[in-house]
Amino acid sequence: MSVLLMESTLLRKNLMALTGLFLCFFLVIHLLGNLQLLLPATRASESFNSYSALLSGNIFIKVVSYILYFSLIAHAVDALVITIKNKKTAGKYAYDKRGSASKWYSRNMGILGSLLLIFLVIHFKDFWYVYKFQSVPVDSNGNKDLYAVVIYAFASWWYVLLYVLSMFALGYHLLHGFKSAVRTLGVYHPKYAAFVNSFGIIYSYAITFGFAIIPIYVHLTHFGL
Amino acid sequence: MKVHLKIWRQKDAASKGRLVDYDLDQVDTHMSFLEMIDTLNEKLVLKGEVPVEFDHDCREGICGMCAMTINGEVNGPVAGLTVCQLHMREFKDNSTIYIEPFRANAFPLKRDLKVDRSAFDRIIQAGGYISASTGQPTEANTILISHDQAESAFDSAACIGCGACVATCKNSSAALFTSAKISHLAKVPQGREEAQKRVLKMVAQMDAEGFGHCSNTEACEARCPQGISVLNIAQMNWEYNKALVLR
Amino acid sequence: MTLDAKIPEGPLEKKWSRYKDHAKLVNPANRKKLSIIIVGTGLAGASAAASMAEQGYQVQSFCFQDSARRAHSVAAQGGVNAAKNYHNDGDSVYRMFYDTLKGGDFRSREANVYRLAECSLNLIDQAVAQGVPFAREYGGYLSNRSFGGVQVSRTFYARGQTGQQLLLGAYQSLMRQVSLGKVHLYSRYEMLDLVLADGKAKGIIARNLDTGVLERFAADAVVIATGGFGKIYYLSTLAMGCNGSAIWRAHRRGALMASPSWTQIHPTCLPQSGSYQSKLTLMSESLRNDGRIWVPKLENETREPNLIPEQERDYYLERRYPSFGNLAPRDISSRAAKERIDAGFGVGPQKNAVYLDFSKAINEQGKDKITEKYGNLFSMYKKITADDAYQIPMKISPAAHFSMGGLWVDYELMTTIRGLFAIGEANFADHGANRLGANSLLQACVDGYFILPYTLANYLSGELKSAKVGIDSPVFEEAERDVRNRIDRLVHIKGSQTADFFHKELGKLLYDKCGLSRTAAGLQEAIDGIANLKSAFYRDLLIPGEAGDMNAELEKAGRVADYLEIASLMCFDALKRNESCGAHFREEYQTPDGEALRDDENFCYVSAWEWPGDDKEPILHPEHLEFEFIKLSVRSYS
Repeated sequence: MSVLLMESTLLRKNLMALTGLFLCFFLVIHLLGNLQLLLPATRASESFNSYSALLSGNIFIKVVSYILYFSLIAHAVDALVITIKNKKTAGKYAYDKRGSASKWYSRNMGILGSLLLIFLVIHFKDFWYVYKFQSVPVDSNGNKDLYAVVIYAFASWWYVLLYVLSMFALGYHLLHGFKSAVRTLGVYHPKYAAFVNSFGIIYSYAITFGFAIIPIYVHLTHFGL
Repeated sequence: MKVHLKIWRQKDAASKGRLVDYDLDQVDTHMSFLEMIDTLNEKLVLKGEVPVEFDHDCREGICGMCAMTINGEVNGPVAGLTVCQLHMREFKDNSTIYIEPFRANAFPLKRDLKVDRSAFDRIIQAGGYISASTGQPTEANTILISHDQAESAFDSAACIGCGACVATCKNSSAALFTSAKISHLAKVPQGREEAQKRVLKMVAQMDAEGFGHCSNTEACEARCPQGISVLNIAQMNWEYNKALVLR
Repeated sequence: MTLDAKIPEGPLEKKWSRYKDHAKLVNPANRKKLSIIIVGTGLAGASAAASMAEQGYQVQSFCFQDSARRAHSVAAQGGVNAAKNYHNDGDSVYRMFYDTLKGGDFRSREANVYRLAECSLNLIDQAVAQGVPFAREYGGYLSNRSFGGVQVSRTFYARGQTGQQLLLGAYQSLMRQVSLGKVHLYSRYEMLDLVLADGKAKGIIARNLDTGVLERFAADAVVIATGGFGKIYYLSTLAMGCNGSAIWRAHRRGALMASPSWTQIHPTCLPQSGSYQSKLTLMSESLRNDGRIWVPKLENETREPNLIPEQERDYYLERRYPSFGNLAPRDISSRAAKERIDAGFGVGPQKNAVYLDFSKAINEQGKDKITEKYGNLFSMYKKITADDAYQIPMKISPAAHFSMGGLWVDYELMTTIRGLFAIGEANFADHGANRLGANSLLQACVDGYFILPYTLANYLSGELKSAKVGIDSPVFEEAERDVRNRIDRLVHIKGSQTADFFHKELGKLLYDKCGLSRTAAGLQEAIDGIANLKSAFYRDLLIPGEAGDMNAELEKAGRVADYLEIASLMCFDALKRNESCGAHFREEYQTPDGEALRDDENFCYVSAWEWPGDDKEPILHPEHLEFEFIKLSVRSYS
């Protein structure tokens, strides 16, 4: 069994799929939380900060967060292993136009994933790290004022742009990744496969635009054009 | 019409290959692509040169032998064809045509456009059969299979083993080929008895042959001459995961 | 030489079971001491190899393709016959036997044909057990259709890929035996000679097509399952690699060839479009169930088919054969097409085709129904011709398809060389002078799965005690030297024409003089023409590259060298048969309205030919056909 785990292409893909789908699930929760930023400023601040405090204090959330860290790292490392192995197995053409047979983003999940990894480093540094390890002023309810940190972060237009572009990378990654993960896990009935396809598309659009709209909204409402 | 050919010539797997230029005129638009190469070879022979080696046999799209990458696309510009079904009317006069073999690490090159696809045979040997010896069967109509199920099994069984799926895959994955046989046999009741053993053994052999991972890009389905569905791959995954859990 | 077909005694329906009851067996412990060479991995070869290996014999299996799955059985589209009578429409083993015998114009053995019909029942069971996805009714039962000139629905089918699916079943069984170590499979090997010791077949010389190296293989028996040689016409429905070399080498070593001129010309193929053409694609005969065949009534018609009014169309099959119409048997349909084309009514740019028109069927049944039945064939037609057969009629023409003739075999499928068996299309046995549609897959399977396992065991039981002939023995040495000399001779000609050039010339000559219709004068001309072509071939052939290397041109040249000799024998065979029967139509022997005129008094025999040595006239050994159980009748379809 252990040999199988090391050698099986299908098991490696299963790991990608399971971690990927967990991350997809996390994105939904993350987005639902972030949507509070679209509320009127005072309500948004209160609501968002108490939500953040709730998450950081909860033991259940703690466990989930460790699964999340594991999923992120396993997803990335597994992807690296698969990519290296694929480089070895793949045939190389002198003149290659095979791309016409498939979607560009399905062939470039590694590049999209790497972009997302870079984005995540910035994202963690600017929010997660700040919230966890640096001193953050508290709001009127005594919660750390993460809302202020967020608003301040989106003051510059290039930072907003970085976020929006990253969300498009995420969108394409999801557009292929969600469907691909479900396939890898073995949903093969044409009816359910078609449902998964449609669901995957709607999901990817919702996540992409949901996340992308927030920095734009924050920037426009707080700092204007 | 006239064509400029750039054909991959390589003596054997150990030697270095390169694209060699050939000009061919008086090409008829009704010619099949293979007949165009026949014509070139005839010319080469008469000039005392060694003709281009390429695989071909039935020339009606069913034996799965012919295999080339034409202008960077597996089996040429029209999706869903074997090379023998491709005709010269698909090309413009005076166009340049690149012709390369199918490329994948698990398909070592033999010569020119010929590659060794015996890995596919070994994947079938690993379990792509129903263990029914001659003389054992029961009356055929005692095994009922619904019309739709039989049609679906046929869709999977229609694979001709040409290797276009591997050649067009960016990872050279054999998932479509392997899964087509696995799901064909999993879809008929006769094949269920050994379905779990089969999928584990065939996938292990597929991996041992050095094919890549399936990235679900679906390029294989797009280029498959038989239009084998990628849902077969999903079914293979399902059968595999089920076998892992249940066995 | 008197030919003994070794037909078992007793009533027709008891012969095969009686044979099986009394056939000698080999002790299971002794089977692994016996080895068998099987050349060819089509339906006959693969099914035989798998079945013999399952019994415990050591099998060596050979194919020239890069995988056993690619043998040309894959190309059979229509179906496979079996007298299951699932449709309760009056079918029975006897009726199938009679249809097959009559379809073959009473030029095959009763006992063989009856056995074929009898074993057809088991074959469907066998194929289903292997997972072959035959078409099913909504209730889950097997579906049938009527096919190729019979009046019952006995044809089982897997869409348009019945041959492919049956072959995959056999191939998968073969692969299972390979993985168990009981079959050693040699792909990309071509048999170039048969090795005899004390008059018995003991091995073969084969060339590794990837390296060019000649190799020797020894066994206790040799089975030839290399299919038909219709590619001799160059333009045919066969695969490019199909050839007659294995059977011809066996013939030259002493096996008789039976009725080699009986070649089925299939009526529904795509016409030739130019001189570069390499192959004529077959369109399934099932199209004739709904398509109507016609030519314009006007000679040199130039209008598009859809612009020709109904009354100016000649539906010649419906006119000549009102009760069968467009479903008339293959030989009759092909000949009728040729008659119209030769008379100047052919259509298409080369005036070499007839129309196959679906407009009536589409009007009556709707386009959806036609798509459901023939969608894949229509799309295949479009792929090749770029024409849409829903809009304008298909253009079809006859093309060489199936060899009813082949190595002469007795009831046990053994040739006149002891220990050499021929199965499938490579032998002549069951189809007589014309094969019925969907009987070829059947015969190949039945030979391999159900007959050879008994008859070969019966032979091998006597071989346990005979001394093994090793590959170092002088007979192997000598055979390999012969092959080497032959190859060297070809390579060293260094003339100025390719093998294909000679093949095309031969094909034209043969199609013209020994094709759909033949005359004594034409055949004599052909014999002389072939002799001239043969000497030109040995004078002017050009093969580039080396003998000891991968060399496609050398492969082709070797096959053409044998074709030149087979062609000559075909013409002798056709010339000596002064009657018309089935696919063999001699213009001198026809009824006033142009139908075949059989001569049962003088020609109710199978012509078995002995190799006389180079450049001598072949020697005829007729095997007279006795009909104990049925009465010969005129094969009328009008």
